[in-house]
Amino acid sequence: MINKLDFRAILNRDKNIVQLIVMTVLIFVIMTALSPDKFLRYYNFESITYIFPELGLLSIAMMIAMLTGGIDLSVVGIANLSGILAGILFKKLADETGVADTGLAVVLLGGVVALGTGLVAGALNGLLITKVKITPILATLGTGQVFTGLAIVLTGGPAIVGFPEHWSWVGNGKLLGLATPFVLFVLIAIAVSFILVRTPLGVNLMLIGTNPKAALFAGLKRERMVFYSYMMTGVLASIAGIMLSGRTNAAKSDYGTSYLLQAVLIAVLGGTNPAGGKGRVLGVAIAVIALMLLSSGFQILRFSNHLIDFIWGAFLLLVIAINAYKNRVR
Amino acid sequence: MAWLRRSEVVIAGILLLAMIGIGLVNPAFWQLDNLFSLLRSNVIIGIMALGVLMIMISGGIDVSFPAFAVAAMYLTVKGMLWTGYDGVALPFLTAATMGALFGCLNAFFVYKFRMIPLIVTLGTGSMVRGFLLGVVGTSMININKMPDVLIDFAKTEVISMTKADGTTYGLTAMVLVYFGLAILVHLILRYTMIGRGIYALGGDQEAASRAGFDLRKVIFFIYCFAGALAGFAGLLHSGMIWLANPRDFVGLELDVIAAVVLGGASIFGGRGTVLGTMLGVFMLVMVKNSLIIMKIDTTWQRVVVGVIIVIATAVTAWRDQKRKARGDRT
Amino acid sequence: MTDAFIELRGIRKEFAGVCALDDMSLTIRAGEIHCLAGENGSGKSTIIKVMSGVYQPDAGEIRIQGKAVHHLTPIASIDRGIQVIYQDFSLFGNLTVAENLAMNTQLRQKRRLMNWGRVRAIARDAVDRIGVDLDLDAEVGNLPTAGKQLVAIARALMSDARLIIMDEPTTALTRREVETLFRIVKDIQSRGIAVLFVSHKIREMMEISERITVMRNGSLVADGPVSDFDEASLIRHMTGLELNSKPYVWVPGDRAAEAPRLEVSGLGLSDAFEDVDLTIRAGEIVGLSGLLGSGRTELVLSLFGMIPADRGVIRVDGKEVTPRSTQQAIAAGIAYVPEDRLSEGLFLTQGIDRNILCTSYESLASGLTIDQGRADTLVDDTIKAMQIATPSGAKLVKELSGGNQQRVVLGRWLLTDARVLILNGPTVGVDVGSKAEIHHKIRDLAVEHGLAVLMISDDVLELVQNCNRIVLMHRGRLTEGLDCATTSEEAVSEKLKAFT
Repeated sequence: MINKLDFRAILNRDKNIVQLIVMTVLIFVIMTALSPDKFLRYYNFESITYIFPELGLLSIAMMIAMLTGGIDLSVVGIANLSGILAGILFKKLADETGVADTGLAVVLLGGVVALGTGLVAGALNGLLITKVKITPILATLGTGQVFTGLAIVLTGGPAIVGFPEHWSWVGNGKLLGLATPFVLFVLIAIAVSFILVRTPLGVNLMLIGTNPKAALFAGLKRERMVFYSYMMTGVLASIAGIMLSGRTNAAKSDYGTSYLLQAVLIAVLGGTNPAGGKGRVLGVAIAVIALMLLSSGFQILRFSNHLIDFIWGAFLLLVIAINAYKNRVR
Repeated sequence: MAWLRRSEVVIAGILLLAMIGIGLVNPAFWQLDNLFSLLRSNVIIGIMALGVLMIMISGGIDVSFPAFAVAAMYLTVKGMLWTGYDGVALPFLTAATMGALFGCLNAFFVYKFRMIPLIVTLGTGSMVRGFLLGVVGTSMININKMPDVLIDFAKTEVISMTKADGTTYGLTAMVLVYFGLAILVHLILRYTMIGRGIYALGGDQEAASRAGFDLRKVIFFIYCFAGALAGFAGLLHSGMIWLANPRDFVGLELDVIAAVVLGGASIFGGRGTVLGTMLGVFMLVMVKNSLIIMKIDTTWQRVVVGVIIVIATAVTAWRDQKRKARGDRT
Repeated sequence: MTDAFIELRGIRKEFAGVCALDDMSLTIRAGEIHCLAGENGSGKSTIIKVMSGVYQPDAGEIRIQGKAVHHLTPIASIDRGIQVIYQDFSLFGNLTVAENLAMNTQLRQKRRLMNWGRVRAIARDAVDRIGVDLDLDAEVGNLPTAGKQLVAIARALMSDARLIIMDEPTTALTRREVETLFRIVKDIQSRGIAVLFVSHKIREMMEISERITVMRNGSLVADGPVSDFDEASLIRHMTGLELNSKPYVWVPGDRAAEAPRLEVSGLGLSDAFEDVDLTIRAGEIVGLSGLLGSGRTELVLSLFGMIPADRGVIRVDGKEVTPRSTQQAIAAGIAYVPEDRLSEGLFLTQGIDRNILCTSYESLASGLTIDQGRADTLVDDTIKAMQIATPSGAKLVKELSGGNQQRVVLGRWLLTDARVLILNGPTVGVDVGSKAEIHHKIRDLAVEHGLAVLMISDDVLELVQNCNRIVLMHRGRLTEGLDCATTSEEAVSEKLKAFT
């Protein structure tokens, strides 16, 4: 009796994951059917493993903010600012041989600067949300402007081109025969997942998102936990920024602006409840892969990037409609 | 003395202080041509802000209207070129209708699926913009091709003056269009049942429906009206700058939302006035435009806007908390 | 029965095969105060919705003023003079009193425009009718609960009401406000308007109503004039159980010599309370009562660290503590069970396990990670100790009954080494049946775990029956300590009345 109930609970809990997998397979099959010779190429999948991790990390960051019923509209700003600050550091420290040959120590320093940017930016968001008590939407809307604005001030507008080779390795190198960003993504996803399920921080975030008032009366450190969650969000965004600047060998204040919508979409599609209390890394990871397959399929079919934006938007609305329909049936 | 505590009075006070401050840095601020050009810059953001105000009072938020505005503008101008039509009224009606239809899409998803407006409008905005750029085209229609009627209409001035050196300047009549629309929205909000329904919806959705408000009507009205205002403003904008650019208005939603919040509207719904919003718009536009006068590099614009959003929302959050604390203690 | 305003006969209503009402009958005479009694889930709200036209019955007959009504819609119900005042009042906190009052009239007359002069006139008229003083320009959100209720009543009376249905009207009111409400209800009645009081508070029903209808499991179990019932028979009808409650007796035993569990001296907080001295020993259950605004809520929130006190000393087991946050209070051994279980106490969509462990996760962490094995053991132990009816800890709390939910909240504190347990309205919104079980559990906790219990309640009977001592609070000071063995409910109520 007890075992049976547990089994059903597990199946229920994973119903969302099963649905996501089914959706991914469907997209895969449809795209294969539409252009079998091009879509199934190894090169195609390999390039996806280089591109999706940055968006995947931004989506996981978005999910973490949504766990407590918040949202982080500044993730793209944080990512760009991180890349730009590191880029400026490399330009300043580069010797006659040029930026590309910068030594490992300086590159690591750049990494520290980038991650530190994410940490500080996230802490600022967290401070505004927990201490000043600004709604997450407005707080991150404002700080997003500030971060992007600082990026413009620092660069004056144009991109910073040219990053050290060690740095680029993070964005387009190989590790164990796989794309470095992909390997990093898997490791980070596992780590975040572990934090959410197996540490007091993660469980507390879920509880706070479920009922903030009850969390207060149960003595949870609500402010501190929410603060940490935005710091995590900021750090994840800055890692995405490192990957982005490494992959493109450049950093600019308005890179990846369409990532914001896509990160929200993927988080929601991955089963995150925007009102808080529910969200899983695995769901988000599958959702990002599904949508990347969709995107690359359409690119192969020679759809313009603008049309792909259109499709993403339509997909988000479709997901909302389907979720609403499912809830009604239940 | 109750009027002293009204948020409009507070905003007006801050606005006055800011004006005095800027005037001290550079007395040129007070020159009539500067003030006229400031008012001119209020028009487009102001008209859009009126729509966003209504949505925010109802407890929603809209980030899709810049996409609606640009789509309505571009399609209308293209249509005028294609048909060779040379009137003014019909194009504006068309643009407003198009905006209203896009707004319907928002209303449909918000009402039917009860989804968070932020996420719905992220989706619709991306769809409409993606469709415009991906299907309709990406090329600008510049002054050589722009319909003259639009440009001439937008050139109309209420006051024309000549400076000592012979150059002329004046106050655009579009300001009157803006004020007219503002009065219309004020009358709707204050003196019609549907306007009171917007406040009721923002105050308590359940109670509004029990009292007998037709929520579908109210939700469709606000999103369509906001869409219409955006479409109208979009076309007016192209006439004022002699250019129809399908990539225009990117990121404008942040400025407009900032202005509305600055004007004292609550993101939680139920509170906000037209006068406050107009003051908020003026404040934002003034600060942005005065950077040059104050000899600050324009790359700082985004940072300044971001900081203003953060400060304004911090003040609002503080006010809301005080109100809440008062409610709890009674 | 010619004077019946509304008669419901043989009403049946099913939802997806589950029978909510079965052969339910209810007759309300014109101009009477009638009470509909029943536990949560007995079908009270379903029958209200049948009368207000929200639900259509599957079978049965509705007669209003002698005429059979076949298809009662919400509009038709209002047109016939039936008005419902919901528990949450359905008011707009962001609008003024005047607009709240006039809104329904405006909508009913299908007006498109707002004439503010008319709105004020309508509102002035409505306020004058119930003869209370309300500031028409005040924002409703800034009014206290009782004020909001007055607005809701005034609004209901505007529409030539013949019957006003009040759904649990006294839930959030203090004793004094309840009395004002009762006076207004009597006044409404004197104008020939019937009032249906829906409640599960037995004493209030006995006090206000002329006739009582009791329902259980969707059916009528008893009805008649109030003189036909007494407390015991009402409980029996409502629960189908015989309840006997013996007052709680504290046996000091060998604990008398120990330092008191909780010792408060000279505690004060500006504008809230001052000079509070209170001592509670292990195993004692002390009741705290007072009118709203007496400072009692602030006092317990200070003990729990939510609004730290300015001055004075708090000692737990003789050790001085100064809780400046809930975490510090919990670490000091103080536990608090909030009044509103659903919104303040529980994480409804999470499992029992997380609801029980929520305060203990940090202590369960070895290094950074949670010790899952130990967590599971603790959950199982707590479920057993609190006798929570569930197959496993994974079950969601929202699927539990009210009584079991309250056990989850109580059980949480067994894990935190709580020595002082503060209960705010421990049985608000709990069925009569579960109420007794929760009282029983609280006594067990006090006796077996040696807790010091401080119980706050507006239900004086609850305090007299379950505490060994009661302290009263007035204007921020503890005024009196009463021994429950030698006092009675009436005596305590009298003292409270004297404060008004």
